[in-house]
Amino acid sequence: MSDVVQGSKQGVSVSDAKRSGVTDAILGFFANHYPAILAVAGCVALWQFVVWFFAVPTFMAPSPVEVFYAFGENGAILWANLLPTLLEAFLGFIFGNLIAILLAVWFVYSSTAEKAFYPIAVIIKSIPIIALAPILVLIFGNGIAPKIIIAGLICFFPTLVNMVQGLKAASPAMLDLMRVLSASNSEVFWKVRLPASLPFLFAALKIAATSSVMGAIVAEWIGSSYGLGALIIEATYNFRSPLLYATVVIAAGLAVALFFVVSFIESKVVRWKPDAQH
Amino acid sequence: MSEMLGAAQMMQPVRHTEAAGSAVSVKNLHIRFGSKGSEFTALSDVSVEVPEGALVTMLGPSGCGKSTLLRAVADLVHVSDGSISVLGQPPKKAREGRDFAFVFQEATLLPWRSAIDNVSLPLEVGKHSSSQRTADPEEMLALVGLKGREKALPHELSGGMRQRVAIARALITRPRILLMDEPFGALDEITRDKLNEELLRLWQETGTTILFVTHSIPEAVFLGQYVLMLESHPGRVKEFMKVDLPYPRKLAMRDTVEFIRITAKLRALLEEC
Repeated sequence: MSDVVQGSKQGVSVSDAKRSGVTDAILGFFANHYPAILAVAGCVALWQFVVWFFAVPTFMAPSPVEVFYAFGENGAILWANLLPTLLEAFLGFIFGNLIAILLAVWFVYSSTAEKAFYPIAVIIKSIPIIALAPILVLIFGNGIAPKIIIAGLICFFPTLVNMVQGLKAASPAMLDLMRVLSASNSEVFWKVRLPASLPFLFAALKIAATSSVMGAIVAEWIGSSYGLGALIIEATYNFRSPLLYATVVIAAGLAVALFFVVSFIESKVVRWKPDAQH
Repeated sequence: MSEMLGAAQMMQPVRHTEAAGSAVSVKNLHIRFGSKGSEFTALSDVSVEVPEGALVTMLGPSGCGKSTLLRAVADLVHVSDGSISVLGQPPKKAREGRDFAFVFQEATLLPWRSAIDNVSLPLEVGKHSSSQRTADPEEMLALVGLKGREKALPHELSGGMRQRVAIARALITRPRILLMDEPFGALDEITRDKLNEELLRLWQETGTTILFVTHSIPEAVFLGQYVLMLESHPGRVKEFMKVDLPYPRKLAMRDTVEFIRITAKLRALLEEC
């Protein structure tokens, strides 16, 4: 209930903001989020103060101001390296999750398949991704393929586990209802099982959105001459600390942006509460 | 609730003729669960005839198998022995022909569908012939007093409203038999009383045969034209009695001597179980 009330409140504030202009919208944003904004600003100020007070050398830890200038000086390099990482993370996200969803559907309808392949999925998951990366680079070379595979692998497992759980989440009463209505198996899947699984799926997709960026960057560390991961390695070895920090901020920003894209889609697709009637 | 009467008249009236054939005929029914060795007998040698158009309430201690009997009629439980005939056909045929509808204890609405989309679910699934009698979903929602809440999602509705939606969904295919498994059991008493009265009115308007499982003796007597009492271990018929109270029944009737006499008799019987 409270979600609905909240949702309608937000709706009202958004339409109000449109009416009275962009300034009000920005003011509204600050009014809603000022504790977080103040906390972040405080941390940055503290960082600046510590670097200045202890006279920390720039190669060891740059000040926020230096990092800020690094964005301007290296804008083109950052942008050129952001795009390949975004592409790898995005494709890994799509393929990893797609395979996980299809496998989950198979598992739910065939317990033999689940018994056979679930342990393999667990084993693959238990190999540290950083250990798997060199193996994949040896097999697939220095191109984009191993990066997509690693980004996909990192998305794969949480989605598989959640989707299997989600597809089994339909209550026995709902399945009884569909039986009384003489619904076919495919009708039960499309009308009950799949919609019931969506909250579980999106919980996993939100994790996958951020971890796919991490997977792509880790893969770029191992063997790559482009991408945010390669830039991190290069900046570190050349003691270009402000550039290194700027790259880290960009990488984090990319992960957060993907997270919000998934959250936005979720808010459009899942407008109900999973346990409304229990 | 005046719109309810109007909408009810739009439904095809089926006359209450007690002389008509059986809606549900159960003969020497045995239902056992579990595998050999750890077998559990839920129902043992149960025989019941439910006349067409009747409202039969089913009462009994918990574990007596009243829900199991209802689910067997609905083809949700495997019959071990004996036979069930629903309008002269096996339960599976009756289910496929949409001769009955089922109302569960929980409303069992699909939470991602609006009230109106939940009501029209039966029209979207299963094989149904074009000759099938169906009603308009909006009319059905009006019939259960939810006009204006068509777009509401289940979590925006109260427990009583959700159960009303479930009843509208059950009625949309104009079933000849309504199977209700403690449909008002989870509701507060005030809501329950109200829905009891409305159910009676619906029954009188439509002439649908109703089998109604309940835990409550007053509810069983208030609604029931007949009360079927089961006893447990194993589940079997204790009593099948006609309730000699006139329809239409009003809630105030529950304070009459006659009503109390019947509930007292049933309570005494229940204690023997």
